[in-house]
Amino acid sequence: MANGPDESGDTARVVRRHRASTRVWHWLNVVAVFTLLMSGLTIFNAHPRLYWGQYGANPDYAWLQIGARGGEGYLRVGSLRLHTTGVLGVWEKDGITWSRAFPHWMTLPSNYSLAAGRKYHFLGAWLLGIAGALYLLWSLANRHVSRDLWPRRAELSPRHLWQDIKDHARLRLPKGEAAARYNTLQKLAYMGVLFVLLPLIVLTGLTMSPTMDAGWPWLLDLFGGRQSARSIHFIAAMLIVLFIFVHLAMVVIAGPVNEIRSMITGRFRLPAEDKR
Amino acid sequence: MIVGRRKLIAGLGAGLALGGCQKILETGPVDDLASGLDLFTRDAQRLVTPRSALAREYTRAEMGPDFRANGNRTVDSPAYRAHLADGFANWRMTVAGMVANPLNLSIADLQGMPARTQITRHDCVEGWSAIGEWTGTPIKLLLDMAGVAKGARYILLRCADRFGDVPYYETIDLIDAYHPQTILAWRMNGAPLPERHGAPLRLRVERQLGYKHAKFVTGIEVIADFREIAGGKGGYWEDRAGYQWWAGI
Repeated sequence: MANGPDESGDTARVVRRHRASTRVWHWLNVVAVFTLLMSGLTIFNAHPRLYWGQYGANPDYAWLQIGARGGEGYLRVGSLRLHTTGVLGVWEKDGITWSRAFPHWMTLPSNYSLAAGRKYHFLGAWLLGIAGALYLLWSLANRHVSRDLWPRRAELSPRHLWQDIKDHARLRLPKGEAAARYNTLQKLAYMGVLFVLLPLIVLTGLTMSPTMDAGWPWLLDLFGGRQSARSIHFIAAMLIVLFIFVHLAMVVIAGPVNEIRSMITGRFRLPAEDKR
Repeated sequence: MIVGRRKLIAGLGAGLALGGCQKILETGPVDDLASGLDLFTRDAQRLVTPRSALAREYTRAEMGPDFRANGNRTVDSPAYRAHLADGFANWRMTVAGMVANPLNLSIADLQGMPARTQITRHDCVEGWSAIGEWTGTPIKLLLDMAGVAKGARYILLRCADRFGDVPYYETIDLIDAYHPQTILAWRMNGAPLPERHGAPLRLRVERQLGYKHAKFVTGIEVIADFREIAGGKGGYWEDRAGYQWWAGI
């Protein structure tokens, strides 16, 4: 077991690791983000092309496109074309071949319905937006951000950062008391999601709204047009997917039972210090 | 690294939870909440934006070379062919329903009224956008001319085009109907409105998505309620595929 050291006879110390607000927000986000990602892919499937600028449709140049040609699926980014038959563009479900960008197992609903996809996407968006705004305010007020997430000056020194990167690369994770705090890369990752990716994805989402563009025209100027906002929205979503993969990998490496329990009950068993 | 038993169970649990997602979303209360959310979103967005905020107007230099046509590109009837052949000289559009003075107007009548020209962005529900220049008659002028009765809440756009046997139609509320950029367009990009874009008349309602922009318009009906009309959801795509009545984001 990954949390084996606890079973080596050391008396493991159990600490309160995560606040209730963090735990509640985390699991709300699991629901909201998966709903948003999967329904977002359904919406993308309606027009699997991305553009830069104010406008963009089939006659215009798409910088990213997922499609099918001659029965072969492809993903094209700029002039780079990857064959993706089976996963993107062309795939099978129950022995039937479909020519559609993202496959049924990635989308919500699993059958193609733009109307239903939009419906779920906006449900997820309200959940993400309201919970995220409340969490952000609450975490500023209870000083979660300033105490736990904001990197100290010393932590940002190139030396310290390089050490942190080396430790991560060797999967040498903090033990003992240090495990009860976020390390620098963790802080930067969470700060990046909380203060950059989530606001970016909400604002680019709003920039796609014709009503919001009329009321808040600065949105269009901020992102360089509605189609640019749509592209940035998609890129931000992919970065969130990347964050989730790294996050889950770290949970598995650090000891999934202890980590998941700490996010449910708040109680976290400190990994014992190395005595050798 | 050896995957522990508990880890494996956790993984399987996560997989099952994801598979159950769609089932949960399709259950009564969650689906009801999600289905009514378009009006909540509309009200929230109207709360934080001025009611008469104008959609961005672009310059001709910002237009793309080709404006994608969508939906029905023609009306498949001999009558429409005849109208097309004589330049819509005999096309009539009506303003009826809850009005004091019903109107019956030709394209020339509309063109004789004050017109508005705007270069705006058309956003399809699918995700693409195109910029075009539109000239047409503000709906507000038509409604003022006809005199809207108390209790009216929506306008219904009747259209000549059909999907199979089903005629296209759309409804918008009076806030959007009276908006200065809401026009019945009869010119596009400096030329008479092309057939594929809904000649001779199409609605422009710039703060909603493309499927609200009814083409081949034959009449406006002022109504209090759309639940008894056609499929009862207030528009062709709303009836047929469950698209949101308020076409926003």
